[in-house]
Parts: sequence; structure tokens; C-alpha cells
Amino acid sequence: MRSAPLPEVFIDPNSDAGTSRDAVGLGRRARRGLDARHGTILTLEDISVSFDGFKALNNLNLYIGVGELRCIIGPNGAGKTTMMDVITGKTRPDSGQAFFGDTLDLTRMSEVQIAQSGIGRKFQKPTVFEALSVFENLELALKTDKSVWASLRAKLSGAQKDRIDEVLQTIRLDSSRERPAGLLSHGQKQFLEIGMLLVQEPQMLLLDEPVAGMTDAETEFTAELFKSLVPQHSLMVVEHDMGFVGSIADHVTVLHQGSVLAEGSLDAVQSNERVIEVYLGR
Amino acid sequence: MNAQLDSAPLNQTLLARFSARLGPQLSLRLTLLILASLLIIPMLHLLPADSPLHVSAYILTLVGKILCYAIVALALDLVWGYAGLLSLGHGLFFALGGYAMGMYLMRESAGDGLPEFMTFLSWTELPWYWYGTSSFLWAMCLVVLAPGLLALVFGFFAFRSRIKGVYFSIMTQALTFAGMLLFFRNETGFGGNNGFTNFRSLLGFDITAPGTRALLFCATIALLSGSLLLSWKLARSKFGRVLTALRDAENRLMFCGYDPRGYKLFIWVLSAVLCGLAGALYVPLVGIINPSEMSPTNSIEAAVWVALGGRGTLIGPLLGAGMVNGMKSWFTVAFPEYWLFFLGALFILVTLYLPKGLLGILKKGDPK
Repeated sequence: MRSAPLPEVFIDPNSDAGTSRDAVGLGRRARRGLDARHGTILTLEDISVSFDGFKALNNLNLYIGVGELRCIIGPNGAGKTTMMDVITGKTRPDSGQAFFGDTLDLTRMSEVQIAQSGIGRKFQKPTVFEALSVFENLELALKTDKSVWASLRAKLSGAQKDRIDEVLQTIRLDSSRERPAGLLSHGQKQFLEIGMLLVQEPQMLLLDEPVAGMTDAETEFTAELFKSLVPQHSLMVVEHDMGFVGSIADHVTVLHQGSVLAEGSLDAVQSNERVIEVYLGR
Repeated sequence: MNAQLDSAPLNQTLLARFSARLGPQLSLRLTLLILASLLIIPMLHLLPADSPLHVSAYILTLVGKILCYAIVALALDLVWGYAGLLSLGHGLFFALGGYAMGMYLMRESAGDGLPEFMTFLSWTELPWYWYGTSSFLWAMCLVVLAPGLLALVFGFFAFRSRIKGVYFSIMTQALTFAGMLLFFRNETGFGGNNGFTNFRSLLGFDITAPGTRALLFCATIALLSGSLLLSWKLARSKFGRVLTALRDAENRLMFCGYDPRGYKLFIWVLSAVLCGLAGALYVPLVGIINPSEMSPTNSIEAAVWVALGGRGTLIGPLLGAGMVNGMKSWFTVAFPEYWLFFLGALFILVTLYLPKGLLGILKKGDPK
């Protein structure tokens, strides 16, 4: 659907198209779903979130381009997970704007709507459906009609089965397809959750510490996998493992105390004095 | 050494596949067979009373009653075992179905006049909600609508506010308690603490006649088998898997793009309606319905049946309902004062040593 060419009709005839919020609003009414013609898939502007007076996010500004692989690093408590919560609708910001593409206002959408519009999320702690088999986990995540009525009558088509098989190969869990997901090792659960994201076919993937608990070989493999996902998908990866960050990211954002401290290539960021101070000093 | 390591997961997979395909299928068929074989009871009941094979009305009613409870256990398993919603108020839905049926039976026995308890209260007119209850068809609609609508409204607000876990259980418990207090009042128009009794006929047939009782028993078997098959289909569908996922990781499911509210509401209302239908069969069989059916202990006992049999197994709860009620009817005659102690001890033992219930023992070899 997202690859379908945009019909002429949707190019806004208003002279102020794209320059004011009204025009953006019009676009939203005209076309549901993601619209990232302006090259930015995720826009966070002046986002603030506080919990009982503690400012988890403080005027955070962050822009992620279409097809970008962005790594987010930062010390504990920098607000990385809170930021993901804001993007996925789990936490509402006290102030600020969050847009997915040019038109979808994330602060007004529910978690489910956000997920359906094309943002996939991997949790810090691998979360899979433990009582279901690996195959069934992927079946549930598969992009399809997810209403109650559809689920009552759902039957996997040949193409859908092939897609699941393909992803099972990719995440190297083909031999454990019938195993209950609860019996998988930590690393395998991580891969299963990544696989669930893949079959969900989101435009944007948020990955919270995806390689925690993985062996070196698995980490390396994950890096290759993520690199193969761009530029068809946009990725935001939160990670502590600097080796992993170095192997995948061309662009790194450092968060500190709820706002952006530095942004740029990994080398530039690592030689930034303020970053060094935050990580090593104090 | 290496080959051995490699073959271990393979064996496990094969075993899992085998038990996943054959095991449950077999136990479903077996259960349906047992249910069908119970049909012998009403036939034997129809034999002349002096025949050595005659089954007394007491036994027929007792087994029929247990079968109605089994439907409740099954309905509770759908919401608790699959969707993870522990309801401690399913007795309310059961009683509402029973009361709807009771209204029809009261009208039938009262003829053109008012039901007995209303004349006793010197009421001269039927309350508005009694209109149409002389029609069996409308009463049947009420059997479905009363528990169904209540569950729909309650569930809509509870699931919208994301009430889960123990808070949900407490709210359902409070709901059934409130229902009981309401129905205890004479002014509510449902016979107060005496409830409904002294039924005479059902669709013109004498309600105590062996033929009517036998038919009611068969209807109960049919409802139980139908509910079991329906639940089975649901559990094996993608819908059932979504419910299981909902129970284990609701957040994950939401980020997969499923709205949990619709799923919860559907299974919750279905479960309430099944309970209502079971109540509607229970009342003519047993011949009485009163507010004590809504007492919180009844609903808790239903949770014990499900826990004892095995949550999320569909067949386990039937077994649990049968066993506990079988023991209860024997115990309350032999040692009436010890029954509650025994029930409590049973519950504690099951929770401690059989977290998967009786069916868990049978499935021990199953790696799943």
C-alpha cells in the first residue's frame, strides 16, 4: 500500500500547502495512513514528559528521515525508553508535538492505531507469546486484518505461510517452529521478537536494546539484518553496546537528562567533550 | 555426541506435534462420547418405577444439575483459562438466565392471574419488565439478553478502563453481590428471598413428569456438547490464539496492532450468555431459583471447579465441575459440617501441587 503512487488529487491545491498546520490537517483528512513525502518519517518537537516532578523528557527535538538507521545512546535514565513510550502512544507527552510522517499526530492516536499505522516496537525485555509456538507467534504478528471478526474466520493463505517461512529462515528459528516460545533461549526470543516485527511490516521499527543477551555471532548477524532493512524501513535503535552501534549506525543521537546532547557520526559524538563528560566524568 | 544433541529438539518437536494434533482431538471425542452415554440416564428414568434398572428422579436431577454447572465451568474457562480474566461473578449471569426462565414458568403456573408472590404483596399490576414473559419465545430472548446485555455494558466500561487482574475479579464479585442484594428485596419484583418456585408446567407439559425431565436432561446434554464444540472451535481458531496472547502479553499484542477490548468483550459476553442458558435449563430441572444463586461463594466455587480440572483445557473444567459436585452431594449427606473445610483444603492443595489441574497430571509427558 505504501508503495502505491500518490494520486494527483492529494497534492494540496492550497497555496500554503505544507507551510501551516491547517494544510497538514487537510492532508490527513484526504488520505489515511502514512504520508512521508517530505522525507521525515518521525518528528518529535519540544516533547516534555514528567513523572511526579521528575522530567523524563525535557524539550526533546528529534527528526528521523525516511530510510534512516538511527542509533540512540545515552546513560541510564536519559529518557530513551520514555521517548519510545511517547512514540508508541504508551505515554502521553505533557507538551510538544509528535508526528509520524507529515500527517499522523501520534499524541492523539491510541497504541493500537499507532501500531496499525506502521510503527513496530521491540521491547527491552524480549516479549513474546510464551504459550504459543514460534510459528503461531509470527502468525499473530503478520500484517493482516486484526479485527475480532477477521480473527474468527482467519485462515492463513499460501502466500502468508510462505512469508512466515521466509522470516523463520531469516531469524534462524526454522527448526524450532513448533516449539512453544516460552522454551526458547533469551537470544532466540530476541530474534523471534525481531521476526514478529518483520512480518508486521511496519515502516518504522523501534528497537530497544535488541542485542542484549546475544552472543557475538548473533550480534554480528543482527547488525547485518538491520542493515539489510534500510532503506525500505526506517529504524531507531536504542543500544548500549558501542561495538554494535559502530557496526550499524551512520548517525547517532546522544540523549542526556531528557534532551538531545549531541548528534552526528559515532566518531564525532564520541569525541564530543560534553558527551565524554556525561559518560565518564561527574 | 553431536548427533544426540541434534536429535533432542527434533524428538521434542515430534512429540509436541503428536500431542498437539492427536491428544486434544482424542480427549474431545472421548468427552463427547461420555456425554452421549449419559443419555442412557433419562431413558432409564422413563422405565417403570418397579423396574430394577429404573433411575430415580433424584439421580436424574442431580446429574442434570451437575451438567448445568459444567456449562458454567466451561464458560468460566473461556474467560479465565484463555483470556486471563478471572470472573468471580459468573453466578450472576447463571442466575439471570434462571430468573428469565423462572418468569415464564411463574406466568405459566399463574395462568391469567398474577404470580403468587405478587398477590401476596397485594400488587395489582405486573411490573413493566414482566410484560411478554408469558410468551416462551420472549422468555428465551430474555435468557440470552439479560446476562448478555449486562455483560456487554459491564465489560465495555471495565475493558475500556483497562481493569485487569485482581481488580477485575473484585469488581465481578461486587457485581454479583449487588445483584444478590437487589434480588433479595421484595420490591424488585422477583419474589424476594423465596425467589420462584412451585412451577407447574413448561410449554403445557407437566414439569415433574418423567418425560419432561428426561427431555430437559437431553437438552442440557445438547447444550453442553454444543458449547464444548463451539469453545473448541474458538480455542483452535486464530481468535483463540489471540486470547492466549492477550493473557500472556497484552502490551505486545497491542503493539502488534490488535485492539484487546473487542476480543475481551466478545469472549466475555459469549461466556455470560452460555451461563444464562445453563441457568435457564437448571431452573425447570431443579424447580427453584432464588437470590442465593448469586451469592459470591457460588461464583468462587465455580472458579474452584475450573482450577481443579485445569485452566485453559476446556475438558478439565467439566471434569472439575463433575468431581466437586459429585463429592459435594455425597459429603453433604455423610459429613455435612465438614464439606466447606474439605472444599477449602482441596483448593489449597490444587493451587500448591497441581497448578495445571487434574488434566495437568494426565498431560505430564507433554512438553507444551
